[in-house]
Amino acid sequence: MKSSRRNFLKIAGITALGVGARPAIDTIAAVGGRGPTEPEPILKQNEKALTAKQWAMVVDTRKIKSEKDVAPLYEACHKIHNVPDMPIKRHEIKWIWPEQFHHAFPDLHSEFLSEKIHHTTFPVLCNHCENPPCVRVCPTKATFKRESDGVVVMDYHRCIGCRFCLAACPYGARSFNFFDPREHIKEINLKFARRTKGVVEKCNFCVERLAEGIEPACVEASKGILTFGDLYDPESEVRKLIAENFTIRRKIHLGTSPAVYYIV
Amino acid sequence: MLEKAIKGSKVYYGWMLALLTLIGVGFGFYLWQFNSGLGITGLSRDVSWGFYIAQFTFLVGVAASAVMLVLPYYLHDYKAFGRITILGEFLAVSSVTMCLLFIIVDLGQPTRALNVLLYPTPRSVLFWDMIVLNGYLLLNLVIGWKVLEAERNNVHYPMWLKPLIYLSIPWAVSIHTVTAFLYCGLPGRGFWLTAILAPRFLSSAFAAGPALLILLCLFVRRISKFDPGWEQIQSLAKIVTYAIILNVFFFLCEIFVVFYSQLPEHMDHFKYLFVGLQGKGSLIPFMWTSMILMVLAIILLVPSQFRQNETVLTIACIAVFIGTWIDKGIGLISGGFVPNPLHYVNEYAPSFPELMITIGVYATGFFILSVLFKIAVTIKEELYA
Ligand code: SF4
Ligand code: SF4
Ligand code: SF4
Repeated sequence: MKSSRRNFLKIAGITALGVGARPAIDTIAAVGGRGPTEPEPILKQNEKALTAKQWAMVVDTRKIKSEKDVAPLYEACHKIHNVPDMPIKRHEIKWIWPEQFHHAFPDLHSEFLSEKIHHTTFPVLCNHCENPPCVRVCPTKATFKRESDGVVVMDYHRCIGCRFCLAACPYGARSFNFFDPREHIKEINLKFARRTKGVVEKCNFCVERLAEGIEPACVEASKGILTFGDLYDPESEVRKLIAENFTIRRKIHLGTSPAVYYIV
Repeated sequence: MLEKAIKGSKVYYGWMLALLTLIGVGFGFYLWQFNSGLGITGLSRDVSWGFYIAQFTFLVGVAASAVMLVLPYYLHDYKAFGRITILGEFLAVSSVTMCLLFIIVDLGQPTRALNVLLYPTPRSVLFWDMIVLNGYLLLNLVIGWKVLEAERNNVHYPMWLKPLIYLSIPWAVSIHTVTAFLYCGLPGRGFWLTAILAPRFLSSAFAAGPALLILLCLFVRRISKFDPGWEQIQSLAKIVTYAIILNVFFFLCEIFVVFYSQLPEHMDHFKYLFVGLQGKGSLIPFMWTSMILMVLAIILLVPSQFRQNETVLTIACIAVFIGTWIDKGIGLISGGFVPNPLHYVNEYAPSFPELMITIGVYATGFFILSVLFKIAVTIKEELYA
């Protein structure tokens, strides 16, 4: 194949998927079965697609009053992404989940902490680091950072399951499929890929939704707790929030430069 | 030469048959893992590498230690080792084979293993590890075989082999250095994030490998007409002595830095291993056993009159081997993953199928080792007896 699968994914990831699952299949057929005289198919980006230099998220933890406020985020993400509910705790798959302050920010923890912070649960997810160690260590480039918008995405069909990226991620943001996850998905969403056993997965910043021009599912479900936008656009919502509030990020001393900011 | 491996005594056949049985059992369990997933192991989201990767790491060291025979013989012209370099090289071949098998059984998608070659990624240390390990396997196989063949025919080995032999020396160091780099370059893992990791790996390897070689030499001496030589064994014993002292010294350097600086991110892992953390510490007995064995070995190896006693030497070598094996094969990997990055203490213990697969891989390695040693020893018997 002249155009490698990787290039296909790069382009198709932001185009074909944006129009729905059906055309994506047609495109694959077109790439694979093209005769010598037929022209190369032109892949166009969906006009409505959201673009950015580096997508980022701001979590306004002041708005989290109770567990009830954040539960819908986890629900929304896991439902549309076919995240399984594994019966054994140590095999758990999670893309976004709640943590207490001293687990989310172990390096910032101190014995005497404001009562409020102590009782707040912090949503944690992949930080789509600007300098991601998980990408550095992956021996197959199955985990890679998209140059187009900085999202750290995964190619589930290339991953060999070596789990080097799990060792490298300092945030525990990655999960490995110890067993076949497909038997444990409550309600299957046919518009999104399901994974097989033996591969790694994590939050993908909803690239499939960005391509269609809609915000990530967790942001949509968060009623203003989460804000999504371009970190390098001074006019973006996230930049405004970061400019107006004091924000913290997880383990910045490691030099990973997380793109998820927390207002506390 | 391979025919030498086929003819043997009843005991030899029995041993090989036993190994084949273990290989078969291990393979059966592997098929189970292959079909249902790595969930049948004790691995978890938090401790995502375990027994397999730990054995791999330990055996890379054993493989690298062949250089401790090759280097004195070829670079310093220490003739005595000429008799036994082949044993070191063949030990390396079987160890690297086990290493590669341990990587394969650890993969979630083993059928995609070739993706590492199809999409070469030089920024990943695993890519380099694959290159150095396969290269080392090939080097030792070719060198060992050719030198032995030449020796049997009473001729000098071909000249084109010389550069390969020299190349194998730095190459041996590289396999264990690159293996250490797998761990010590990860920003969030305080236990491994230390420049002393590669030197520690090498020192423990140069203790464990030659200790095993001494045991193998003593064994060969007992069961065959070929005597690897007491002088050779004593030289190896000196290597083991210095290496195990260095290993303990490097470890104490690490302990000083970690505990005098009091950096929690580095300290917590050591606490977990040696005294327990948040009430959990299943590895405490193992870690202390390892420490005691290494110190005991030093006491038994340093005075020359101890070292020259065959029984004492045997005990010391067993102590070195088990001590370093626990350190790397049990403590190193779990210690790095517990506590996890979010500071939960979730422990790991290998499951029964995981142990059986591990035994299966070891049996495969010993099978290869037995074949190669049988060939080497039979030829040497004809030459020296
Ligand atoms: S949070 Fe972890 S998985 Fe996500 S980009 Fe950073 S290092 Fe990679
Ligand atoms: S488990 Fe998959 S994504 Fe992670 S490093 Fe290995 S190949 Fe890359
Ligand atoms: S951005 Fe999308 S994938 Fe990531 S946690 Fe939110 S909903 Fe899930």
